[in-house]
Amino acid sequence: MRKRKEHDYRIPEPDLTPMIDMTFQLIAFFMVLMNFSQSEQNDRVTLPESELARPADAPVDFPITLHVPADGTVVIGGITSTLEGVRPLLNNEISLLQAKNKGASDANIIIRAHRDVPGGVVQDFIRKCQDLGFEKFTLRVKEDQRY
Amino acid sequence: MKIRKPPESAVKAELQMTSMIDIVFLLLIFFITTFKIAAQEGDFNVKMPLSGAGGAPTDLTQLPIKLRMKADANGQLADISVNDTISFGQDWAKVRAYIVQLMGDSAGPSEEDGPEVEIDLDYNLRYVHVVEAITAVTGYRQGNDVVRLVDRIKFAPPRKP
Repeated sequence: MRKRKEHDYRIPEPDLTPMIDMTFQLIAFFMVLMNFSQSEQNDRVTLPESELARPADAPVDFPITLHVPADGTVVIGGITSTLEGVRPLLNNEISLLQAKNKGASDANIIIRAHRDVPGGVVQDFIRKCQDLGFEKFTLRVKEDQRY
Repeated sequence: MKIRKPPESAVKAELQMTSMIDIVFLLLIFFITTFKIAAQEGDFNVKMPLSGAGGAPTDLTQLPIKLRMKADANGQLADISVNDTISFGQDWAKVRAYIVQLMGDSAGPSEEDGPEVEIDLDYNLRYVHVVEAITAVTGYRQGNDVVRLVDRIKFAPPRKP
């Protein structure tokens, strides 16, 4: 008599291990590359490019970032201001520095200006900062992709 | 020898993976949607105390190289001149060559006594051209190396329209 073939009625379970491995790798990749510091970025600013631009070797001491979009306003700490209204914002920053026993001359003003903003506007902001005692300025640019 | 047969009631222990995979995929989607590809950024460090603090230079050879940039009505670069005498049109390569010639055999810039460039620009000149000027006078690339020319840069007072 022919023996009937026995069927395996268990539910087939796919091996999830490689998929989970890959997924964790992707998560690790995105976590490492993710930049949470919103103060360093502004969507309204397109930086000019320079072939000599290199990332700083060490973090800038006491940074104060000024974003200058194409409309000639300035964004400091998320607050948008005009040239006339920038002094109180900078005074707030000086108060924070003084709380750390530092002064305006110790701070680094990081200027992230849009490539098409008039250069005179950037000079005006620099002049305002100089009036308040700031001396160190960092002009931030984008690395030229050709190099 | 008698081989022991596992009892029929033994159940393979299985971890419940569904909830973990749900969370992992949620995290993955979050990171993918918030991921922003940003180009690498670099800095030009400029030390600019308020003018007059250091006093006028006594040695005339320490006078800064004046780089004058004129703009057209659209804010584009119209003309570059050095020390109000030599015009370079819009050619930054020539400006750089001139700076290299001025630097001569000096062994690179130094913070204190190196040459200084004063950038004088029309008010409406686009910032991208200011960065071009700073790039031209700061140095140039030779292969993967950067040859430094001038580290001391300052701006002339703004020319209000």
